[in-house]
Amino acid sequence: MGRLSVDLCGIELDNPVIAASGTFGYGCEFAEIYDINCLGTFSFKGTTLEPRMGNPLPRIAEGRGGMLNSVGLQNPGVDAVIAEELPRLARFFRKPVMANVSGFSVEEYAQVCEKLEAQPQVGWLEVNISCPNVHGGGMSFGTDPESAAAVTRAVRAVTAKPVIVKLSPNVTDIVSIARACEDAGADGISLINTVMAMRIDLNTRQPVLANLTGGLSGPAVFPLALRMVWQVSDAVHIPVIGLGGISSAEDVIEMMLAGACAVEVGSANLVRPTACRDIIEALPAVMDRLGIDNLKSIIGGAKA
Amino acid sequence: MKQSIFTIIENRPLSPKASRMRLQGDVSAITGPGQFVDLALDGFFLRRPFSVCDADSNSFTILYERAGQGTEAMTALPVGSKLDVLTGLGNTFDRTEAGDHPLLIAGGSGASPLYWLARLLRAEGKNVTVILGFSSKEEVFYEEEFRALGCEVLVTTEDGSYGIPGFVTAAMDRPCSYFYVCGSKLMLREVCRRAETSGQLSMAQRLGCGFGVCMGCTCQTVSGGKRLCKDGPVLRKEEVLWDD
Ligand SMILES: Cc1cc2nc3c(=O)[nH]c(=O)nc-3n(C[C@H](O)[C@H](O)[C@H](O)COP(=O)(O)OP(=O)(O)OC[C@H]3O[C@@H](n4cnc5c(N)ncnc54)[C@H](O)[C@@H]3O)c2cc1C
Ligand SMILES: Cc1cc2nc3c(=O)[nH]c(=O)nc-3n(C[C@H](O)[C@H](O)[C@H](O)COP(=O)(O)O)c2cc1C
Ligand code: FES
Repeated sequence: MGRLSVDLCGIELDNPVIAASGTFGYGCEFAEIYDINCLGTFSFKGTTLEPRMGNPLPRIAEGRGGMLNSVGLQNPGVDAVIAEELPRLARFFRKPVMANVSGFSVEEYAQVCEKLEAQPQVGWLEVNISCPNVHGGGMSFGTDPESAAAVTRAVRAVTAKPVIVKLSPNVTDIVSIARACEDAGADGISLINTVMAMRIDLNTRQPVLANLTGGLSGPAVFPLALRMVWQVSDAVHIPVIGLGGISSAEDVIEMMLAGACAVEVGSANLVRPTACRDIIEALPAVMDRLGIDNLKSIIGGAKA
Repeated sequence: MKQSIFTIIENRPLSPKASRMRLQGDVSAITGPGQFVDLALDGFFLRRPFSVCDADSNSFTILYERAGQGTEAMTALPVGSKLDVLTGLGNTFDRTEAGDHPLLIAGGSGASPLYWLARLLRAEGKNVTVILGFSSKEEVFYEEEFRALGCEVLVTTEDGSYGIPGFVTAAMDRPCSYFYVCGSKLMLREVCRRAETSGQLSMAQRLGCGFGVCMGCTCQTVSGGKRLCKDGPVLRKEEVLWDD
């Protein structure tokens, strides 16, 4: 057990750095660049029951200190992930992986999780509740405590693996949603997903994204994410994973001081392919400089 | 794909809008024309992608047009400055079907990847005709460079101030065994409609990562979804679905 190690819902991570869903594919592109076994783990691309093509192009825009995406959950579907991606992953990744699950109905979430429950490589289920509920007028499951709880309950019923519910920041009261998920049986909470945003092209005077709006991520959202991690970790008794704009070892420590027991790194991987490895390698020296002996000891440290 | 630090050894204007930059460093990941590089620029979150215009054993060239704040900032970078670059991105033009008289068609900076392609086709002994399209006479660049490779070069200008008046399609009545085109999406579509032979096009789109992980660039083709940054940017005319 090293000074970087942390516990995530009963599974020991060598370090708190998890590559975030949607920015790491199913791992293989990064495995060509560095040995991804150095990660705490990674969360694979949001997976749905059926294959999804995603939204029309352009799907990417830039903002100061960040980016917007409207990829729209493009993925090959859970059966192809189990038949192709997981066996391939087993060839180069020895750790339990986090399975990121999306759905457009409560039943879909449960069906996807049931299939992943049978996969030994999957350590945790990370349930992304930012998706629109097709039976609820298209409102995201993550914007209302009752539907967030309904998804959590349905998933909880089909799996013995730790269930981590990933929250959307696009809500008025993140604390009530986190509490509803905890009460419905979640083992952990991760936050934040992307922040709903928009850009307009001055030359064409039209929105840049074909989908009009997209999710903002990157350093621009870090202070917002940190504030929400602070609030949620105060309100629940289950582990909280902090993410949103993390791009350095210092950011990791700040997020842990706010109450995160582990962190995820997203967009930084897209612009600096070795971002996660670089952050992990930088952690010991930054901890020395700040007089931190081991990371477990600083979780929520800013609240003392 | 490789991430490494390059040194700018040339950065000079070619026209009021376009510039040429040469960068020195480890080019081992760059394998052929059609591929692109992704430059990290100070103050901008996303990298900026550019087609490789030419490469030798320790440097590569890009031709870039000022299109916004990032490319504007690039024009001010002095020789000697260092840039963090991802190299070896995307696929390459396939020359096996070029035939003996390939036609290369470029809009503005679309000339960039076609220059390296033209050089290789000439080395293979092909008769190469190049159509370079610009908005006006003052925007014209690389006409002499293509001619120096031994290509037949036709220039079109939209305002008729130089060469053949009109769009590149106005010069497409040339003998042609196969075509290669790079330019705006509108131009790619018009060229593909007009062309009687098959051909390949280089399709640009706003990218997230540039190396195939974010799904930010997936376009639908007859052969399914393709990531333009990894399975492209070069596509075959026959596989493109224009109505996406
Ligand atoms: C594979 C590929 C090859 C390219 N090759 C060349 C080349 O050889 N020469 C050249 O001049 N240009 C090329 N481009 C276009 C070039 O990348 C953009 O013009 C440039 O990124 C604009 O940056 P900006 O900051 O000036 O514009 P801004 O509009 O300020 O940029 C904002 C964001 O939008 C993106 N963006 C804006 N316009 C485009 C565009 N037309 N295509 C893709 N992304 C865009 C930027 O990368 C950035 O992420 C290529 C694009 C791609 C995808
Ligand atoms: C291109 C892209 C795709 C994403 N796809 C998913 C996804 O499929 N599922 C999910 O839960 N989050 C997804 N996210 C959100 C990230 O996992 C993360 O929550 C968010 O980007 C904030 O972290 P960051 O600022 O470090 O990127 C995506 C983000 C990006 C940029
Ligand atoms: S830009 Fe990320 S997959 Fe193509």
